[in-house]
Amino acid sequence: MKSFSIVAALSAAFVALPAFASTPLDYDDARHLLNRTGFGATDAEIRRMIGMTREEAARMLLAATRTSAVTAAPAWTNDAGPLRYPRRGEGASEMERKQFQQEQIRDGLELRGWWLDEMLATPSPLTERMTLFWHNHFVSSQQKVRLALFMYRQNVTLRAHALGRFGDLLHAVARDPAMVIYLDSAQNRKGAPNENFARELMELFTLGEGNYGEQDIKDAARAFTGWSLDRDSGQFVFRRFVHDYGSKTVLGRSGYFDGDDVLDILLAKPQTAEFITRKLWREFVSPDVDEAEVMRIASRFRDSRYDIKVALYALLTSDAFYAKENRGVLVKSPVDLVVGALRQFDLKPGEPVPFAVAAAAMGQNLFSPPNVKGWPGGETWINTSTLLARKAFLDRLFRADDAGGNAADAPARAMTPAPKQAIAPGGVQESEVARRIRFLRAMDRGLKSVQFDSNAWLAQLDRNERSRTDAATRLLLACAPQGAADPTNAPLAMVRQIVLDAAYQLK
Amino acid sequence: MNRRDFLRFTAGAPLLPGTLLSTAGVAWAAAPAGARYRNLLVLIELKGGNDGLNTLVPYASPAYYALRPKLAIVREQVVQLSDAAGLHPALEPLLALWKSRELAVLLGVGYPEPNLSHFRSIEIWDTASKSAEYLQDGWLTRTFAAAPTPADFAADGVIVGSSDLGPLAGAGARAIALANTEQFLRQARLAIPEGNARNRALQHILKVEADIVQAASHLNADYAFKTVFPEGGFGNAIKTTCQVIANRSGVAVVRVTLSGFDTHSGQPGTQARLLGELAGGIVALKSALIELERWNDTLVLTYAEFGRRPKENLSNGTDHGTASVHFALGGRVAGGLYGEQPALDRLSGDGNTGYAIDFRSVYATVLDRWWGVPSAEPLGGRFAPLPILRA
Repeated sequence: MKSFSIVAALSAAFVALPAFASTPLDYDDARHLLNRTGFGATDAEIRRMIGMTREEAARMLLAATRTSAVTAAPAWTNDAGPLRYPRRGEGASEMERKQFQQEQIRDGLELRGWWLDEMLATPSPLTERMTLFWHNHFVSSQQKVRLALFMYRQNVTLRAHALGRFGDLLHAVARDPAMVIYLDSAQNRKGAPNENFARELMELFTLGEGNYGEQDIKDAARAFTGWSLDRDSGQFVFRRFVHDYGSKTVLGRSGYFDGDDVLDILLAKPQTAEFITRKLWREFVSPDVDEAEVMRIASRFRDSRYDIKVALYALLTSDAFYAKENRGVLVKSPVDLVVGALRQFDLKPGEPVPFAVAAAAMGQNLFSPPNVKGWPGGETWINTSTLLARKAFLDRLFRADDAGGNAADAPARAMTPAPKQAIAPGGVQESEVARRIRFLRAMDRGLKSVQFDSNAWLAQLDRNERSRTDAATRLLLACAPQGAADPTNAPLAMVRQIVLDAAYQLK
Repeated sequence: MNRRDFLRFTAGAPLLPGTLLSTAGVAWAAAPAGARYRNLLVLIELKGGNDGLNTLVPYASPAYYALRPKLAIVREQVVQLSDAAGLHPALEPLLALWKSRELAVLLGVGYPEPNLSHFRSIEIWDTASKSAEYLQDGWLTRTFAAAPTPADFAADGVIVGSSDLGPLAGAGARAIALANTEQFLRQARLAIPEGNARNRALQHILKVEADIVQAASHLNADYAFKTVFPEGGFGNAIKTTCQVIANRSGVAVVRVTLSGFDTHSGQPGTQARLLGELAGGIVALKSALIELERWNDTLVLTYAEFGRRPKENLSNGTDHGTASVHFALGGRVAGGLYGEQPALDRLSGDGNTGYAIDFRSVYATVLDRWWGVPSAEPLGGRFAPLPILRA
């Protein structure tokens, strides 16, 4: 594939823009852009962006994106060498298998904490938002993959291509070990095809339902036979002895295709660009898709050889993105809510894992989406159970000191066991229920490790312009509050009232 | 009945565009006088697609053993129900229900033109749509929209331990999703139902807040059961289900989920564990319902997106299939085998079976016979109820 520089592709996109410059961003515009492309913008971040044009702001955000994390990964991610998968029938005892399983759960928790830390620490929140977007597109789940190391490596791959070329990302994901396990590619052999990967590839990763037939899936599955995993090295391996070298017909094209050929056939289809663009629209703009706009942006996306930055630039400078009717119409995901609150209120968790667990309790367990379709998102984030989990989380962040939430709790905090210990092998005597309770208690204590100083936080808001309540409301809510704020509230109660307002669930 | 017949059937009603047929119809604005929502429905979803052939084993079929050299359950281990079929050994705890004629086994439950995708197929089941028809609302949502539950009910339905509302999804139903009742009641005070919604997302949030307030004013969490519930996730979900049922103001339906049936590899251990959890949960559920004196007015149904392919794959597992076996149980269920075992010698081109019972006939049984509410509108046509209920 001929390589274009991102700069060249971006300039090409800029040239195609209308000649007039957009009006400069005001406070609400900047907040909107930052909250949609990042997590919980602070007042200072918003003010730095006021006065830029849409184009300048989008260019700045895209220029700052990264291909790797700034947060040091857990030490075990450097483990090289053969993978230990104690397996029944290979001499592994029941105890060994249990230990392995608990070790993977522990590592998995540490991994969730690491990603949450990265979302808080990154200089480019858009990079993490896109990594999360692709995690929810090219879904793999630790529930099936089991090995935390593979989930980590997949996350690294997603980030490396998160704002690169969609084609490169697709080719990389198809041979990603976690994906090979998750969609059973390793079980796909000549004469005994397993269609799982081929089916989801077309339905969820590229074309979308209705743009292919069952026969396309069958032949595509044959093309991917032999795409497997070397259990000793943990690396992708092509097993030519189980590959079906016969002729295949996929989407009307026939040939002796292998998996990469099939991916390129899918990338050549306009439906793929449209499908991805539509999904980006729902992620960044509105749950209601403007088909004409999607077609316009999709064709630019495809013409740029699937440069993801080109698609995002078009979305983030569109009229629809800034339209008043599209403000406050997206429901924050649990990770959005948790990371957003921590960032917005300048809360520094001593230990991130309890916050990742809190997001899981709200319905978004990082590295473990519910199924290959990912989290459906939108309004489905909110039901009676998850809404209460969200409100309970916010309520406890802003609970009064005397309720045992904040500073008074420091001694308890010192005793908070690290999450690793919380699920350390508890011995055979400990029941599943007892272990679970011990774990949840530790997570609960972990949430108390952040302290919110309401006076200091309010003091940094611009008080000359508006009352403090108005300034806080304007920063925190994407649309008007549902309840009238009580100006006589003490600072902490005032903040609590704003975050418990239904409007805080939106962005 | 196809769409055209249905339109002819509703000839008296104004002609509605196709999509409107899926939303609450105009024909039944209020619950018919005879709606019997005190009859409780408990749905157990076997998420991932349970393998029906190894759930109700056709142990007298040579074709079964030929298709499954590795996965077949040997005759000696089958819990025999008839001279041709028997239960997976992990379901042995259900034998007592079978003997007391309170367990109906529904064979070959499926639908025409089956879809093999998890999401699409469960969407078809949850919305009671045709294979190529896309509906937004769940079949129970449409039912309650057309024939509302009593206003003093805590909710139309409660979804236990899952945030996916399945048959209660969509606008209109008062659906409560909770993991356990105590926690729900503790947190419910944070709900603020007032507001002035300007967009769909906000409207949705405010409705959920109002549902919470309503449910919390009715539910309780302190019923002291003598029943011992199994340990583990599913046992806890059954316990929560029973706490919900113990509330005096009523709910029409409770849905609980047991996940992990997508056994593409390593099926034997996984399925045995899950079916064991299912059986243990059902036994505890019956015991608790008897304590509450609700066993005779409860109908328990299992369902799943699909069954699995008859021929085993090379990973010691099975791939996505079509029709499958399901259970109906309760104090007023007429036990026995219904439907037909899939013909294993007449598989389709992709190696799957046909179906004997349309899943919408199972739903029609619930609507027409159990609740006494019209089924044609929510199900998009007439489906014959099954004779699985005693008068």
